[in-house]
Amino acid sequence: MRMLKQFIRKIREINQRYAKPKIEMSKGVSFSLAVLRVYLFVLVLLMIYKFITVL
Amino acid sequence: MDFFSVLYYRFKKVWKSIRLYLVIAGPGLVVMIADNDAGGITTYAATGAKYGYHLIWFLLLLIPVAYYVQEMTVRLGAVTKRGHAEAIFESFGAFWGWFSLIDLMFVDWLTLVTEFVGMTAALSIFGVPAWLTVILVVLLMSIIVLNGRYWTWEKIALGFCLLNLIYIPAAFMVNPSIASILGQGLIPNLPGGFNNELFFLLMANIGTTIAPWMLFFQQSSVVDKGLQEKDIKMGKLDTFIGSIITVAVAIFIVIVTGTLLNGAPIDDAATAARMLMKTNHYIGAFMAIGLFDAGLLGAICISLASSWAFGEIFGWAHSLNTKVKEAPWFYISFFITLATAGVVPLIPGAPLVLITLFVQVVAVTLLPAALVFLILLLNDKKTMGEYANTPLQNIVSSLIVVMIIILSTLYGISALFPNLFK
Repeated sequence: MRMLKQFIRKIREINQRYAKPKIEMSKGVSFSLAVLRVYLFVLVLLMIYKFITVL
Repeated sequence: MDFFSVLYYRFKKVWKSIRLYLVIAGPGLVVMIADNDAGGITTYAATGAKYGYHLIWFLLLLIPVAYYVQEMTVRLGAVTKRGHAEAIFESFGAFWGWFSLIDLMFVDWLTLVTEFVGMTAALSIFGVPAWLTVILVVLLMSIIVLNGRYWTWEKIALGFCLLNLIYIPAAFMVNPSIASILGQGLIPNLPGGFNNELFFLLMANIGTTIAPWMLFFQQSSVVDKGLQEKDIKMGKLDTFIGSIITVAVAIFIVIVTGTLLNGAPIDDAATAARMLMKTNHYIGAFMAIGLFDAGLLGAICISLASSWAFGEIFGWAHSLNTKVKEAPWFYISFFITLATAGVVPLIPGAPLVLITLFVQVVAVTLLPAALVFLILLLNDKKTMGEYANTPLQNIVSSLIVVMIIILSTLYGISALFPNLFK
């Protein structure tokens, strides 16, 4: 239990440390990250679809 | 006299460069040769058996592909002194950081299982039971890593890299027709026309050339070795030589199976080794030894890539230059990853085919993201300064990255839906 609490505290600490992206969010960077989100979303949808159809 | 002075001066200069290279060489060679892991050997063996020498030209195209992607990790590591996982967390925030780290953990673990499958299959040819192979490999890798020095680890890994060249004498032993290799292999052609089977194999070859763990491994390795900005030139040379060797080994495997097993159905490299043994015992044995070595090299690098990444983010000491007492979590995570992956092939009825397919699919979720982050990081002039990508480097690397993303995505989708492209 103590270890789990320590682990959660560590995760929170990491999230706080890296809360703000340091890279300059230019239009190119924002666009790339947006495309990446869409790409991954579609891929996850495909995987879910496959999982459901296999079941 | 003047002539001899100039000659001596030039010799000294070249010798100094060679000595400098030998000091810096390592991360590029190891990552590139480890790229020919158990899965890679299977892909190349299948390529040769199915299409003979006809796709050698395609393998040659993979030299710049591998080099341009991996050299970026050298620059990034040497300039930022941070591994790829830490660089993603810091530059793109916790969301993308966790996504990459968790995905890397899955991909690495699953790939590690496939390495153990390859190693156990390879040694079973010599009558070694799978459980003994797993125990020996875990013990051997623990001893290599626990020596407490990056330098020693690297030199041992380079020794295993040398063993990976076993396919070169094997290729000479099959007495291939040089004229056929040059005539069929070097002129770009698509044997039997462009069809689904060929497309799948081409995608598999690209998929084995650039894997997500390679980006994380080489950057962390550059950092652990302590390479500086001034070492980037030699680090790039190291990567370039490594990319040539990795493709050369792939070509020699294609020559072996293309000569002796042309037309034979090859599902995995161990089957190829068994079939080769019927023709020539030594060549079959070389194939099996090479497969074991490939799996071992892959396992060494992949398990380290994960441990380095976790160490970077969780703030644990994470260097091969540290003792177990100084970096317990680094070594514990290394050992747990290794041991749990090693157990899977020993489970009766374990879904190994499903795991292999799953590796391809999960890798597709991580690879594009890792590559896009890489290019964006290399364009961050504030951090990279004079080592940021030039416009030409951006054009070349972006083209390569886009091509890899498209092909690896199609590869992953074809693994999910095998009938889609038929």
